[in-house]
Amino acid sequence: MSNNPTPKLLSKRKKDVLQNWIDNQVEDPALREDLMSNEEIRYQSEELLDAFLKAIKTENYEDISRQEYNPIIEILSGISLSRAHGGFTPRETAIYVLSLKKAIIHVLLEELKDDPGALVNEILKISNLLDSLSIVTFETYLKGREEVILRQSNEMNEISTPVIRVWEGVLALPIIGTLDSERTQIVMESLLQEIVDTESNIAILDISGVPAVDTLVAQHLIKTVNATRLMGAECIISGIKPEIAQTIVHLGINLEGVQTKASLAAALKYAFNKMNMVVVKRKVG
Amino acid sequence: MDRIPILKMGHFLLVTIQVDMYDRLALNLENDLIQMVEKHESKGVLIDISAVSIVDSFMGRIIGNIASMSKILDAETVVVGMQPAVAITLVELGLPLTGVHTALNVEKGMFLLQKKIKEDIFEIDEPDAGWENDDQPE
Repeated sequence: MSNNPTPKLLSKRKKDVLQNWIDNQVEDPALREDLMSNEEIRYQSEELLDAFLKAIKTENYEDISRQEYNPIIEILSGISLSRAHGGFTPRETAIYVLSLKKAIIHVLLEELKDDPGALVNEILKISNLLDSLSIVTFETYLKGREEVILRQSNEMNEISTPVIRVWEGVLALPIIGTLDSERTQIVMESLLQEIVDTESNIAILDISGVPAVDTLVAQHLIKTVNATRLMGAECIISGIKPEIAQTIVHLGINLEGVQTKASLAAALKYAFNKMNMVVVKRKVG
Repeated sequence: MDRIPILKMGHFLLVTIQVDMYDRLALNLENDLIQMVEKHESKGVLIDISAVSIVDSFMGRIIGNIASMSKILDAETVVVGMQPAVAITLVELGLPLTGVHTALNVEKGMFLLQKKIKEDIFEIDEPDAGWENDDQPE
């Protein structure tokens, strides 16, 4: 008996291992038929198993950073990334690698039942190796999920700052959601650019949709107001709820030099006043 | 010696900065401008910086200085046409240029100065209807 019988045994019984593995995956109650067909599973699994057998032939069971494991890690990463994006659960992704362990051990049990010492040895080696691989899978899965989250938050930043022309020379920018440094930067840039493009004299920042104002947010708002003033326009902050006004006062934030209004309507009225305009009711009859 | 031309228009001085400023140039401008204000007894200074794309704290301070000095000599300063990037930079640098008037473009800046000194030097059409003009031409 050579001291590395596993690759040979597994190559010999590759078909059984594969069948076992696929059965394990399909049997798992967590598998979602709707996300993946059986042919797809078979194809993916075979590809991975081939790479795996090639890698263990080198008798390196410990160090998965070596080059013979590159193809495996690549395949695994691809699979878990696509599963993370496809909405698979962590469990489904982990089962994929862990059920391979089951399948291999099953075959080894049959093949090495006459040599308990070797059996335990081989099982330990394979077990450790597959544990490392499942960690890799899981790390990539998480990375994939984080990518999704990052993309979504970027999209939210993009869509949540429309600059609206409410009147000739008056812009309004309703802010929805929490303001952070990054978003404020986007808000500020799009507002200032729009002021240049439309030559508007007055910009209204409406914060009715901002749930809470802390010192940092207030500072951002003041920055935006100052930048607008530097460009030669005036910025009004509207939509300040009573509780936000309370917070601002309690925090000791100084909003002097910033024109504030309670509602967008009030801000618009102020803008009309500034522009010497009046809205009058038409006489009927 | 690099100089930025300063044009006299009635009671106002008009400076159009067409190049990115460097320190020497800014210092010269500060000197020349204040000399001109004194010489012509100008009532207003209009600085157009629409072509300036880069600004630093020094430049910001020079603009502030010009405004303060002019104020002492009884002239109002208005800075017009500031680019968004420049405005953001100045705010981030903590230079909100208090005491400096601003306007979106030269036309509106002139209009503002006129309103400030309440004198009809020459007739400018209103940049857009709706903004106050004390002296409507018949």
